[in-house]
Amino acid sequence: MNTARQYSTFRLAENWYAVDVLQVQEIIRPQEMTRVPLASPVVSGLINLRGQLVTALDLRRRLDLAPRTDGREPMNVVIRTAEGPVSLLVDEIGDVFEIDSKDLEVPPETVEPGLRALLTSVARLDGRLLLLLDLEAVMELSPA
Amino acid sequence: MDDLLKEFLVESHENLDRLDRDLVNLEKTPDSRDLIASIFRTIHTIKGTSGFLALSKLEAVAHQAENLLSRLREGKLKLNAEITAAMLRSVDRIRAMLSSIESTESEGNEDDSELIATLARLQDPNAAAASASAPAAPAKPTIAPKPVNTVAPKPVVAPKPVAAAPKPVVAPPPAAPVASSPAPAPAPAAKPAAKEAPPPAPAQVSTQPAAEPPKSAIADTSIRVDVSLLDRLMNLVGELVLARNQIIQVTARAEDAAFTATSQRLNLITTELQEAVMKTRMQPVGGVWSKFPRIVRDVSADLGKKVELEMAGTETELDRTIIEAIKDPLTHIIRNAVDHGIEPPELRRQTGKSEVARVLLRALHDGGQVLIELIDDGRGIDPAKIRAKAIERQLVTQEQSLRMSDREVIQLIFLPGFSTAEKITNVSGRGVGMDVVKTNVERIGGTVDIESKLGAGTTIRIRIPLTLAIIPALIVRVTQERYAIPQSSLVELVRSEAEKGKPAFELIQGTPVYRLRGKLLPLLFLARELKLGAAVQDSTSAALNIVVLQSGSQQFGLVVDGVEDTAEIVVKPLGKHFKGLNCYAGATIMGDGRSALILDVDGLAERSGMQGKSGSIEMRKDTVVTERRTDLEKLLLFGFGDGSRYAMPLSAVARLEEFPRKSIERSGVREVVQYRGEIMPLVRVSNVLTGMESCSEDEMERAVVYSHNGRSVGLIVGRIEDIVETRIDLRDTGRRPGVRGTAVVQDRVTDVVDVPGMLQAADHEFFQQAVA
Repeated sequence: MNTARQYSTFRLAENWYAVDVLQVQEIIRPQEMTRVPLASPVVSGLINLRGQLVTALDLRRRLDLAPRTDGREPMNVVIRTAEGPVSLLVDEIGDVFEIDSKDLEVPPETVEPGLRALLTSVARLDGRLLLLLDLEAVMELSPA
Repeated sequence: MDDLLKEFLVESHENLDRLDRDLVNLEKTPDSRDLIASIFRTIHTIKGTSGFLALSKLEAVAHQAENLLSRLREGKLKLNAEITAAMLRSVDRIRAMLSSIESTESEGNEDDSELIATLARLQDPNAAAASASAPAAPAKPTIAPKPVNTVAPKPVVAPKPVAAAPKPVVAPPPAAPVASSPAPAPAPAAKPAAKEAPPPAPAQVSTQPAAEPPKSAIADTSIRVDVSLLDRLMNLVGELVLARNQIIQVTARAEDAAFTATSQRLNLITTELQEAVMKTRMQPVGGVWSKFPRIVRDVSADLGKKVELEMAGTETELDRTIIEAIKDPLTHIIRNAVDHGIEPPELRRQTGKSEVARVLLRALHDGGQVLIELIDDGRGIDPAKIRAKAIERQLVTQEQSLRMSDREVIQLIFLPGFSTAEKITNVSGRGVGMDVVKTNVERIGGTVDIESKLGAGTTIRIRIPLTLAIIPALIVRVTQERYAIPQSSLVELVRSEAEKGKPAFELIQGTPVYRLRGKLLPLLFLARELKLGAAVQDSTSAALNIVVLQSGSQQFGLVVDGVEDTAEIVVKPLGKHFKGLNCYAGATIMGDGRSALILDVDGLAERSGMQGKSGSIEMRKDTVVTERRTDLEKLLLFGFGDGSRYAMPLSAVARLEEFPRKSIERSGVREVVQYRGEIMPLVRVSNVLTGMESCSEDEMERAVVYSHNGRSVGLIVGRIEDIVETRIDLRDTGRRPGVRGTAVVQDRVTDVVDVPGMLQAADHEFFQQAVA
């Protein structure tokens, strides 16, 4: 049986990624950040989201991508998790797409293993490849 | 009024209301076991608590009612009108007594013997049957008190607004005028309808004995609230405090006088609101402590010890989450104190102490924190034993242990995996000991400290914050970042400027230190600790801002770039991505809306190896020498009937025990005894040392338990005389197998026993293993 779900998309470097829209609490502009010395390099810092402290993870670092060079501030994709919201820093926000489950494929072997472990599947959409993130795996950091 | 009593009254009033309901329902469905069980439980609770509070009359009535109910519950009796009536009468009587307790703190002096007799008579099924056929006379009067209850038209509400007191008066309730007239002018402005009505001054009213005690004022002025609601309230207030802080910052720049005044009002109200909300969560520590006397009694009875637990400061109030959090650690250290700290009565007497040991548990407010102390007058902790154990467990090296002061050595018991109990008992010694206590206390921002004097007793100090949610903090700056330091760890602020010939700080073997009033204070550079890059501060010529902090029993100086301000901060936990980062206690949102990290002072000290390790030991090198100059030895003195006297090093003593002579059994040629689930061989010291058989004067044999490599031997000594700490000057006079030599101890010639040597002399083969 095929079911369609909505996915929120965003860009990091030249690739487009997607997460289930239901897992996204909100998307916010670049925020002032308090850095946390000694924490994992993936942790960019803490942001104040209306009185709530939210940890911001640098998704580029998490995915082993080169640091941003365009000088633009990253956007926050705030994800709901069991332990409270966590923000993922991304380069650019894309549209919300509806993707049918039959269009989801297993990530191809050619994808680098480190990245593969963080993906649930990939989808082809208008000739563009969407990488669907496994959020649980993304949130799990090896100890600093 | 006593808080406990107040709680009891509130609870009982609720219970009684339910009882009325249940009893009435029970009359309709006399076979409902659920109802009977519910009524039984309620009465049982009242009985139990009233017994606990020494309300004997109340207890007597409740007891008989309970007996009667238990018959009903067992099905030995069937409910009839008479029983219901008697039960209702009991409930009314209990209610009357509670009212009396509430207004006069006594149960009143009404005679209950008739009611009790009725309740007792009804328990006999035959008698009940017999009297059931007779006209149910006693049933009538019970109906009488009830209408009175309903006649009184709950006037409690009316006088309240008149009083206009900001706080509801708890007692005496100004509701009494009902008795004199149903229309006592509730306000002086009302027309004087009843001439005989007394002026509505509460003082006068209360002197008039009320015909019918009004419904409990206490029950009416308190409600039960779900704790989660209080938590939510607390969170909201926390947010409000933050918003207030932001407004104050804006106000500082504003020029509008009206706005400034308003924000000042907001400031005051917020502070008051915060205090009030915090108060709703405060509870006296005594509530949790009430189970401790029982624990002490049970544990000491188990171990054959005599211990008296005293409690002081039970009314000290703490946030309920904190009370919950310290419950288990406290239970543990109390059990520990009785198990390890207190000597057997015999030994106490011989060491000149009273047989009954005293354990004092007290709580007090101390500088914005609550200090809980557990003080015992037991044997104290022997640093030598701790040292040996820590080395054996490989927690420290021999060399490290020698460099530590006795005080530091004692703190080793807080290390994970440290437990001195030789054998696991049901009391303690499972190795999950003081380290768990320490982590639990530290988790709520508290500290544990232990102080002990050998032979004189041990004091354990727990310092805990009053509340977890909002704490005062010092805001410091390093590079561009701000950090909050909890005030509770703050000792003082020092600014050190390099002067001619005097650097801002010194280096002792690479460790930066600051001379603070003649004492060396180790320094930590926050920027370096947090790896923020810190080339500048390493120069001894720069000026330093030193925040002097207390971590456990140790002080150190934290060097920061600047000290900004103090602020009340709301502690927010850090997420899971920061697990394992022990240098932060959480984070907070500052007045300007930016977040700041809260430093964990203990974690910082630990991280830098400050605690008990290199940093501090380096500094103490010169003092170690003085500590070891006097080489005192602690000796256990014992003797036999023949007047001879022996000493053995206390370090060889694992425990002192007494066995009834009857419990000594034989295995082959050896005497053995069952001890802590094992079979422990016994050695009669007198046989080995004097070649003579010696028995104790009474039915008990006293033994020194000596343990080595996990095996224990009981050394039967005739009489334990004393424990002394002295320097011994050993002479070869009495030297023989098992005796190291002779010394004069307390003006008497004493043979000093060499325990391993003696055991070998006693039974070479058997003890080889134990001694090796």
